[in-house]
Amino acid sequence: MQMDTKQNLGIVETRYFTFANPPNELLLESERSLGPITLAYETYGKLNRGKTNAILVAHALSGDAHAAGFHEGEKTPGWWDSMIGPGKAFDTNRYFVISSNVVGGCKGSTGPSSLNPKTGKPYGLDFPVITIADMVKAQRHLVDSLGIEKLLSVAGGSMGGMQVLQWVASYGERLRSAIPIATALKHSPQQIAFDEVVRQSIMGDPAWRQGNYYEFGQPEKGLAVARMIGHITFMSDQSMEEKFSRKLKNGHYSFQFGADFEVEGYLRHRGDNFVRRFDANSYLYITKAMDYFDLSGGRLIPNGHTPQTRFLVISFKSDWLYPSYQSQDIVRELKGKHADATYCELPSTYGHDAFLLEVEEQTTLIRHFLDKTLNGYQVADGYEI
Amino acid sequence: MRSNGNRLDHQIISQIIEPGSRVLDLGCGNGDLLYLLVKEKGARVQGIEANDVAISDCVKKGLSVYHGDLESGLTEYPDQSFDYVILNQSMQEVKRVDWLIQEALRAGNRVIVGFPNFAYLQARIMLFLKGKAPITRSLPYRWDNTPNVRFLSIADFRDFCRGKDLIIQQEYFLGGNRQIHLWPNLFGLNAIFVVSKNRRKSKE
Repeated sequence: MQMDTKQNLGIVETRYFTFANPPNELLLESERSLGPITLAYETYGKLNRGKTNAILVAHALSGDAHAAGFHEGEKTPGWWDSMIGPGKAFDTNRYFVISSNVVGGCKGSTGPSSLNPKTGKPYGLDFPVITIADMVKAQRHLVDSLGIEKLLSVAGGSMGGMQVLQWVASYGERLRSAIPIATALKHSPQQIAFDEVVRQSIMGDPAWRQGNYYEFGQPEKGLAVARMIGHITFMSDQSMEEKFSRKLKNGHYSFQFGADFEVEGYLRHRGDNFVRRFDANSYLYITKAMDYFDLSGGRLIPNGHTPQTRFLVISFKSDWLYPSYQSQDIVRELKGKHADATYCELPSTYGHDAFLLEVEEQTTLIRHFLDKTLNGYQVADGYEI
Repeated sequence: MRSNGNRLDHQIISQIIEPGSRVLDLGCGNGDLLYLLVKEKGARVQGIEANDVAISDCVKKGLSVYHGDLESGLTEYPDQSFDYVILNQSMQEVKRVDWLIQEALRAGNRVIVGFPNFAYLQARIMLFLKGKAPITRSLPYRWDNTPNVRFLSIADFRDFCRGKDLIIQQEYFLGGNRQIHLWPNLFGLNAIFVVSKNRRKSKE
């Protein structure tokens, strides 16, 4: 197979797009309006002259616009660097990749920690509850501002996959293809339940102060526990066994309540790190948006309508947070509408984290799927199969 | 290396299918047949396949495939979604054959079935003279490693169609690398049937 050599993108920068300036605020699904709105975004690769090679990448719950490459002076690349870059799944030698942060977030986009222009203080709980549809509506403004009429694809895992599906429902005519990964048409009661425990953990911390903690500091304990719960759901029983087993940090029981087991140490470490990089209120807003998301019952594609969008749906065998049956629900909708679609359940032991870690097989599927979408069948002749 | 275009059964199926047809291949494997139908007939194709490695091969060819088993893959399609549903060398691996063919004829207008002939001369000799379960070019497996759960002859399938009131529209019989016309149930390694519902009767 002709696989270009994989390279890194090198140094990249986050950019900012501001729109919905009063009085043209963005009307939200809740019928409240919000503005001005800033979206943080990054782009990789070059937009071609016909503007036919643009791909939007959407991030998961705690992600940000920094999907690939390195920020100046940093040692860790963006969250999907293994998939985005020259010669990679989203090949920046061929495609123009846009990675957008979501509204409601805390990584440079307008969210509850942003200053409310009316008060000069952070919004806190005055920030309107946003939905996945609102996030996508804001992204559409960004895509408009880049002068792109039709996206070659929109792709993402987990909540990123929800945004992909919402793009199909809201602006299907502007997509040539869609790649929803490890995601669902709606949150199940189990998924809502986990999110509610997460929110209660944050809101139950006295330091949360009804969301007005910005002058005092984050509700660190509540947010850390919330993230610990998250990390348990992102892994699988098997991946935890392989990673930690019952290994002890110090080789013996302490007979106290310190972190004896490596898994305890790992969760504490992850929780503590998260507090430094993510806003507690954003966590509340974004989990709520995921819980409200529901495109089941024929809302993904209107009845009597055959979508012109091609689909690549991917799930992972060991993912129990977004189990394969939820991806199969998406497939059922697509079959009913005679969509041109591919579905693959990839074998993996990583659980939900697999969409970030199973690079090789996802790369094969995504590279060829995008090739076909852009060039039609003749591209297959170029490959030695 | 591409291997499609060389298989006799694929060539025959490609001849059967009209240009531009909507085609579903149940158990499409690595997608060689579907790719041929796209290239030669401009067919609009979709595959269903249980093996994830084979799905990768299909996607490399630009084909669209659903990961799933044959029996659950069909039910979600609306009636008459396809001009042809293909069950080439996959029907004999399915337990609920009758139900599957009825489902295929609900989701599609015609069904193309390709299967190995259990009454092939060599199979008869193995069973009759050696007293052993047949192993032939079209039935290459030993009893303990075969994926097949249905063993049928060309005569059996004709009986089946008669019993279910299915119309056999076309039939082809294959030797090693050529078509067979004389005594197919004795000399045919494989058979390909095109069947449809008896619509006149079912409307009454």
